[in-house]
Amino acid sequence: MEHQYDCIVIGAGVVGNAVARQLSACSVTIAVLEKEQDLCFGTSGRNSGVLHAGFNNKTGSKMARFCVEGNLEFDRIAEELDVPFKRTGKLIVGFSDDDKNSLRAMKAQGDANGVPGLEIVGKERIRELAPFIAGEFAMYSPMTGILNPFIYTVALAENAHKNGAAYFFACPVTDIFYQDGRYRITAGGRNFASRWIINCAGLESDKISALLGIKGHKLYPCRGEYFILDKKAGQYLGIPAYPVPNPREGGLGIHLTPTIDGNILIGPSSKYIEENDNYSVTQDIMDLLIKDGGRIFPYLKREYFIRNFAGIRPKLVGPQEGGFADFVIERRSEAPYAINLVGIESPGLTSALPIAREVVRLIREVEPLKPNPGFDPVRKGPPAFAGLTNGQRRALIQQNPDYGEIICRCENITKAEVLEAINRPLGAATVTGVKYRCRPMMGRCQGGYCQTRITELLRQEKKLAVKEVLYQRKGSNMFTGVALK
Amino acid sequence: MTAIHKEAVIVGGGPGGLAAAVKLKQQGITDIIILEREKQLGGILRQCIHDGFGLTRFGETLSGPEYAQRFIDLVEQEKIEYRTDTTVLSISPEKHLTAVSPQGLLEIDSAAVILTTGCRERTRGSVAIPGERPAGIYTAGVAQTYLNLKNIMVGKKVVILGSGDIGLIMARRFTLEGAKVEAVFELQPYPGGLARNVEQCLNDFDIPLYLSHTITDIIGGARLEAVIVSEVDEQKRVKPGTSRRIECDTLILSVGLIPENELSAGASVALDPRTGGAYVDENFMTGVEGIFAAGNALHVHDLVDFVSLEAEKLAEAAAKFIRRGKLPVCGIKLVTDKNIGHIIPQSISGTKDVTLTLRVGRPLTGGALKLQQDHQDLLSQKFIKLVPAEMIEIKLAKELIKSTSEIKVVIAHE
Repeated sequence: MEHQYDCIVIGAGVVGNAVARQLSACSVTIAVLEKEQDLCFGTSGRNSGVLHAGFNNKTGSKMARFCVEGNLEFDRIAEELDVPFKRTGKLIVGFSDDDKNSLRAMKAQGDANGVPGLEIVGKERIRELAPFIAGEFAMYSPMTGILNPFIYTVALAENAHKNGAAYFFACPVTDIFYQDGRYRITAGGRNFASRWIINCAGLESDKISALLGIKGHKLYPCRGEYFILDKKAGQYLGIPAYPVPNPREGGLGIHLTPTIDGNILIGPSSKYIEENDNYSVTQDIMDLLIKDGGRIFPYLKREYFIRNFAGIRPKLVGPQEGGFADFVIERRSEAPYAINLVGIESPGLTSALPIAREVVRLIREVEPLKPNPGFDPVRKGPPAFAGLTNGQRRALIQQNPDYGEIICRCENITKAEVLEAINRPLGAATVTGVKYRCRPMMGRCQGGYCQTRITELLRQEKKLAVKEVLYQRKGSNMFTGVALK
Repeated sequence: MTAIHKEAVIVGGGPGGLAAAVKLKQQGITDIIILEREKQLGGILRQCIHDGFGLTRFGETLSGPEYAQRFIDLVEQEKIEYRTDTTVLSISPEKHLTAVSPQGLLEIDSAAVILTTGCRERTRGSVAIPGERPAGIYTAGVAQTYLNLKNIMVGKKVVILGSGDIGLIMARRFTLEGAKVEAVFELQPYPGGLARNVEQCLNDFDIPLYLSHTITDIIGGARLEAVIVSEVDEQKRVKPGTSRRIECDTLILSVGLIPENELSAGASVALDPRTGGAYVDENFMTGVEGIFAAGNALHVHDLVDFVSLEAEKLAEAAAKFIRRGKLPVCGIKLVTDKNIGHIIPQSISGTKDVTLTLRVGRPLTGGALKLQQDHQDLLSQKFIKLVPAEMIEIKLAKELIKSTSEIKVVIAHE
């Protein structure tokens, strides 16, 4: 059987889901093909969760334009999609004269890009904004914010799905050819046909480009490692604090970011690697994170560390060149019905919706897309028990006693929230999927209390055999079987 | 909603909380309630199906569930109120508790609050083991929950990092269930768990224990495929050229326990960085009047018997507090030298005989353990060998105490 669509989006990360949502506002049929078991398993779930302001990017670049646009509109988006978000502002702290020159240049670039409110501030103001952060002076960006990148990615997908987009997981695209006015796609043992393809494959987008017949794009995976600090450390930092970046590095420097849930991230490092799916953390980089992080955050203590993780940037520039290449968002003569997105690295999270509008604009250059009259841009997330007042909690438990059963004791997450994460449309099918949606296992005990409960609920709700429970990727089976009788 | 009033609320229905509840009742305190987050009373003992519990407290060897049942039966006999499925969300310094259960929110004002919340395991993240992040990495206690309570095997070819008691117990459990335990690796030059567990859980099953070793890399994109282990020197630095690869599908971590004190922080209870638990006086009262702590929430114990015995002592003091509204001031501080890992209690009144509990920070041979006040020895106990895995008790008679100056606990070498 062949599944037929007007548009097929490859990749269910933040960009793919934003594109699917944007397309779902038009009268077209849409499918999203994802190679992993769930949404958000690539770079979208492995980053600092920062809504960038847009001063890091070259004036006139797509990165600069889309980042500024994405930043300015995000209050409305966060409300529409019920995404936890806070406009915290951000400091880029400097120590030397060179740093000061770099900050001035960065401010000038930001001003030119249309970033509002940038100012160079002294020690006093740093102390006011972030009393525990070291630095002689800083650039302050009031528009920068922090958001929950998991929820944002999931929310875009849920909203796209509600407006008609179909999702297919465990469907890595292995073949594409064009025949009789349609792309024929083989993915995960299924056959699809579509008039349009939108390549939002992130770290795999160079390979999808090649399958589309577009030559010349090569990605250089560049890994960034992080430490996650306990919420106990969260009191020390209300605002992201960055060093002045080294322009050769192609990252933003090892920084400290408060997460929307009250933890602190230290990272990311920046190291080119061979494989695009090796999420190792390494001893050398851990040592570096502690050293560099401690430079701008002298209160860093070993007991605060609860986890580390790594993300991979899909970079279009290799280690020789360094720095950033602009986003590639193109429609080429080799593949006239494909919109090809390559090298969507930072600030991809901030730029996702402007990129999605650009995709629709490029399609509209070829064919008119009628609006979808039934499109509803609003997505409502389930209530999070931990953030409610006791009055709200009481009411909720009365409606649904599962809100009275704590599954994750570190973060006070209830059974109702876990069940909702599993059973919502496009719900979680793996342990990590549950974690991304409602945060159990993200606290200081790292699942010591809740993991056994989550696997049990997953098995119960998804009717999984013991051996079928997955941690995250294909092959990441949690259990080998049942015990001897 | 108005709060209900209690004389004592016990947070946690494990071997500490149950023992405290029964003792309180026996002391004539009747208006008490135990709050337990699990569906049954018993705490972590429910999953400790091996035996070896109870020799000190009951004079016979019991399995974990049997040990717990002794106390559960007493709780039932004494008609002590308890609520399972009930998680305490917060405790204020004024001893107002908010708890939640499927029945709703529960607000309690209590004369005394007793924290017997146990401990949690240190994780991969807190010890920062480098490498990939596949499935197949479990703390020993989580693997024990799966195996003993849910009948699930987490793997077939197992490497264990850390020689804490739960890791050793799990080495034996895995072997008995048909898994192959390749080896146990311990960073320290001495085992973390009790000698009897090294003997009965490793040596009896020919499972090798490598001291001064650690894991320096984890291999496997989806499920664990192998670990790289290396030898370390005295400074815990990896010795070059000592790395080797061990194929395995499971890594079990038994790298330490942390007293559970998330509620204490909200109640403004000060914590001792050496124990990870509250500072307490000889009455097991924390720095907040009327809030008491004992068991693994106070400091990690070697044997469950001592958890219950400690909680019973707490209950005796708490009963006095409830009746009188006050306990004697404990102005004499106990301080330790660098050989001592920690001591409980950290302060005493000098008006009653006390038992001090301590652990050494590293193995020590040949010396004396001394208590000194005003530069004079109050008492001196010779020892042949002391190890961090075992708790040490010293009885201090009130007659020996000369003043209200601090008492130093030191190790003197022969």
